[in-house]
Amino acid sequence: MRLTCPLCGTRDRREFYYSGSEDYLNRPAEGAPIEAWDDMLHLRTNPAGVTKDLWYHETGCGSWLLVTRNTITHAVLATELVAARKGGAA
Amino acid sequence: MRIAGKGLIDRTKPVSFTFDGKSYFGFAGDTLASALMANGVRLVGRSFKYHRPRGILTAGPEEPNAMVEVRDGASQSPNTRATVQEIYDGLAAQSQNRWPSLRYDLLSVNDLAAPFLSAGFYYKTFMWPRAFWEGLYEPLIRRAAGLGRLKPQNETASYEKAFAFCDLLVIGSGPAGLMAALTAARAGADVILAEQDSLMGGRLLSGAGTLGMPWVDATLAELRGLPNVRLMARTTVVGAYDQGTYAALERVGLHVPAAPHLPRECFWRIVAGQAILATGALERPIAFDNNDRPGIMLASAALTYLNRFGVVPGQKITLFANNDHARQAVRQLMAAGVQVVAILDSRADASTVEECPVYLSAAVTDTQGRHGLTQISGTHAGGAFKIDTDCLLMSGGWNPLVNIACHQNARPIWREDIAAFVPQPGMVPGLAAAGSANGAFSTQAALREGADAAIAALTELGRSAAAPDLPQAEDAPYRLQALWALPGKGRAWLDFANDVTVKDVKLAAQEGYTSVEHMKRYTTQGMAPDQGKNSNVSALAVLADATGRGIAETGTTTFRAPFTPVSIGALGAGGQGAGFAPQRYMTSDQASRDRGAPMVEAGLWYRPSYFPKPGETTWRQSCDREVLTVRSTVGVADVSTLGKIDIQGPDAVRFLDFVYTNTFSTLPVGRVRYGLMLREDGFVLDDGTTARLGDTHYLMTTTTAAAGQVMRHLDFVHQAYCPKWQVRFISVTESWAQFAVAGPLAKMLLNALLDQRIDDFPFMTYGEVSVEGVKARLFRISFSGEEGYEIAVPTAYGEALFRDLLAKAETLGGCAYGMEALNVMRIEKGFITHAEIHGRITAFDIGMAKMVASKKDCIGKAASQRPGLIGPEREQLVGLRPITQTEIGAGAHLFNPGDKAERVNDQGYVTSVCWSPVFESYLGLAFLKDGRARYGQRVRLIDHMRKTDVLCEVSDPVFLDPEGAKLRA
Repeated sequence: MRLTCPLCGTRDRREFYYSGSEDYLNRPAEGAPIEAWDDMLHLRTNPAGVTKDLWYHETGCGSWLLVTRNTITHAVLATELVAARKGGAA
Repeated sequence: MRIAGKGLIDRTKPVSFTFDGKSYFGFAGDTLASALMANGVRLVGRSFKYHRPRGILTAGPEEPNAMVEVRDGASQSPNTRATVQEIYDGLAAQSQNRWPSLRYDLLSVNDLAAPFLSAGFYYKTFMWPRAFWEGLYEPLIRRAAGLGRLKPQNETASYEKAFAFCDLLVIGSGPAGLMAALTAARAGADVILAEQDSLMGGRLLSGAGTLGMPWVDATLAELRGLPNVRLMARTTVVGAYDQGTYAALERVGLHVPAAPHLPRECFWRIVAGQAILATGALERPIAFDNNDRPGIMLASAALTYLNRFGVVPGQKITLFANNDHARQAVRQLMAAGVQVVAILDSRADASTVEECPVYLSAAVTDTQGRHGLTQISGTHAGGAFKIDTDCLLMSGGWNPLVNIACHQNARPIWREDIAAFVPQPGMVPGLAAAGSANGAFSTQAALREGADAAIAALTELGRSAAAPDLPQAEDAPYRLQALWALPGKGRAWLDFANDVTVKDVKLAAQEGYTSVEHMKRYTTQGMAPDQGKNSNVSALAVLADATGRGIAETGTTTFRAPFTPVSIGALGAGGQGAGFAPQRYMTSDQASRDRGAPMVEAGLWYRPSYFPKPGETTWRQSCDREVLTVRSTVGVADVSTLGKIDIQGPDAVRFLDFVYTNTFSTLPVGRVRYGLMLREDGFVLDDGTTARLGDTHYLMTTTTAAAGQVMRHLDFVHQAYCPKWQVRFISVTESWAQFAVAGPLAKMLLNALLDQRIDDFPFMTYGEVSVEGVKARLFRISFSGEEGYEIAVPTAYGEALFRDLLAKAETLGGCAYGMEALNVMRIEKGFITHAEIHGRITAFDIGMAKMVASKKDCIGKAASQRPGLIGPEREQLVGLRPITQTEIGAGAHLFNPGDKAERVNDQGYVTSVCWSPVFESYLGLAFLKDGRARYGQRVRLIDHMRKTDVLCEVSDPVFLDPEGAKLRA
């Protein structure tokens, strides 16, 4: 498997650390009800098809990537920097 | 028997080898199979189940019969295909699966018991009595099963692994592969041409078609002359993986005598922009009674032995085929002067114009000859026949080698016109099949498809390639009439390697195993080392017939990597012994070893366990002395393994407040603070100290174990939640060597060494100092409970500083201390490590709930306060001391004194234990339900593993100096 790091180019998956769902990006605001935290921390869909998840270019540039891929075909559809993602945190 | 003037072998270079202990000669360029054939050896192995005598069936890696053990120095490679293994001087091969000898094999009694050994035999026979399974049946089956044997010793031979990158990977070097490589290479693309054989050329090397060796040689010469081409012979592409990654196994040292440092194999990961599957096709056998005798082989194999190796498999040859294509083998044999007795063609309408008798509508129904074929019998248009022959060539048509295209679970499609499965486009993204792998069997078609595939692949890559002029080559139609199995009363083999017959497949269908996947598992067809390369299509054709379905409807089983077996040694190349994990050494490593310190692993690091003095015979003696020395004078320990993260920027402090539970915005320059870090789910991630070095400059330390995890966490929090904050951080763990100096005389020791005295340097202070002109960082922190400092210098000065510190410490009566003493002292002081913060522990559990600041948000704050993570039901950190002087161990569980020691009564568990020379007692740290409310009470500590059952008193986890007077001294 290979992923394209926006900073380093196409690299073998051994350079990356897999973290999990993109849900971790949606941190509830301070004071949000516990259900919102439960959602973000624990509740996951398990899609057969397109999914977005987080990978860390651990032995590369240290960037966190948001990877869009297909769990059926294994196709990697897009990779973007978490820090520069559309609608990201300020 | 050799034929003069034929073959690509070098007759000026004789090669001596042994088979079953007997010496033979062959020539350079021979495989073990061709050399044995040249020496008249026909019997080369025994079959898996019935121990039937077997000869050579094929001339390639798909060989199901001629598998041998090769012994080479320390190595022993079982199931080595004699048809692949090249001979070299001193090669020692051994037949398999026979005892006492290949000719007289006692287990061939299984052949007589064949009626009882049909499909599902194991499932049916060894069912009862149940108790017999483990003691009797399984050992019996295990002894009888299997082919080659592995050496029970560790593999010591060397293997390698490597990565390669290219625009276009061409798999296979027959006419399609060569043409594809040439077309792409001329266009300037980076091309890798991988070929499993030792020579490039594919079927052209066997004299198939009319395009001869001159074209092969000229093409290879041109490819070799191009800098953008890499020719990889003896390299089998074994799997297709995601994003254009292909696995390949190169035989580096298997064709020459073993030599020091010569790897046996190299495991390649090839990353290709595009790939072309030009793996060709395999001829398939026909199933008829006793079709497995030595001397019965594939027609294409005979052509290979003739033209590639100059050897013929018999003296009176017959051919049984269902297609025109197979006739070129006997035509060329006759041209070479070999007697061909008859062509038996299953078709009624085939041509009879040949240089030998041709019989149509023929069916071979039985064969004779115990250790080698002597006679065949059957019927043809003229009636029944018996023919004396020592070699029967068979051809049931061709199966394109679609395996690699199917490795991502797509299935090939059935083409009725050629009675074979072919790949569909797009089965593996970026991979296209060409030539006979794609069902285009003529040489001309292969050349054309190869060129076209290369042009298409380059177009995909945004490049262009010119269409080459194709040489004129054979373009005859293939013409076949499907023929899978002939009716008969006996056993007709489908899967030679696993001894599966037509009857077995029919029985499976009859017993309800009508799905091809079920049939495979019930009969074991396709599960031998050849993975059904010779039998899958025929077996499912028989199954289709038995179940009244079409072949397309019946479908294939799953094609899985690897295409041919890969040794574990190659897969794990470089990962044995020291190669298993990186080794990290501290700057004091040699100095510690010089003092006899045994080194222990701490993550990837190696740290000294203790520093033995003369007369000390156990680690405990050294450890106790080191602890008492630190507590009374001074000790020095290397603590460089702790993670160090340099954090800078105007928003650095804001960031620290966000990742730590406690507040850092109040920390003045030159001060150090303990910090607790949570995961977002509320559990403790790590702890450590952070010093404020300057206005916007901080240095965070992490535990040794979690250094990488903390760095990853900081990167995530920053990039995901606050990417615009002006803060940057980098790991400087390896840039600084850091030493703990602890004990009542610590300051005296430092003052003897530092360029300026430190007199007023209170607890949790940071300052810049210098040692003999070298700038150093000094932190007043303590992990021992003593007055403690940690001094850091650039790594280059680490060893010198360690030796200096130690020398000066010893003049003060101090010493170096290792991990054991460090651990004892932190337990005495109730300090936690990752033995305690093991991932299921909250701030509340370790008594630090108050460290989660109420006035600010931080990572993990919300979740840390959810129900279930706070309250008396939680197991809380406590200290334990046995009432009676008994050794206790970590991992033990705690129970209330009156309770039965059962899981439901479990009150907690012990995480760390030591013998404290200060308290002259064992001490433990444990997590106990509602523990903080139970100080002074007693619990039962039970360790079923170590057979311990002892009452302990619960206490505050801080045993030593709870007021911190020593710490702040």
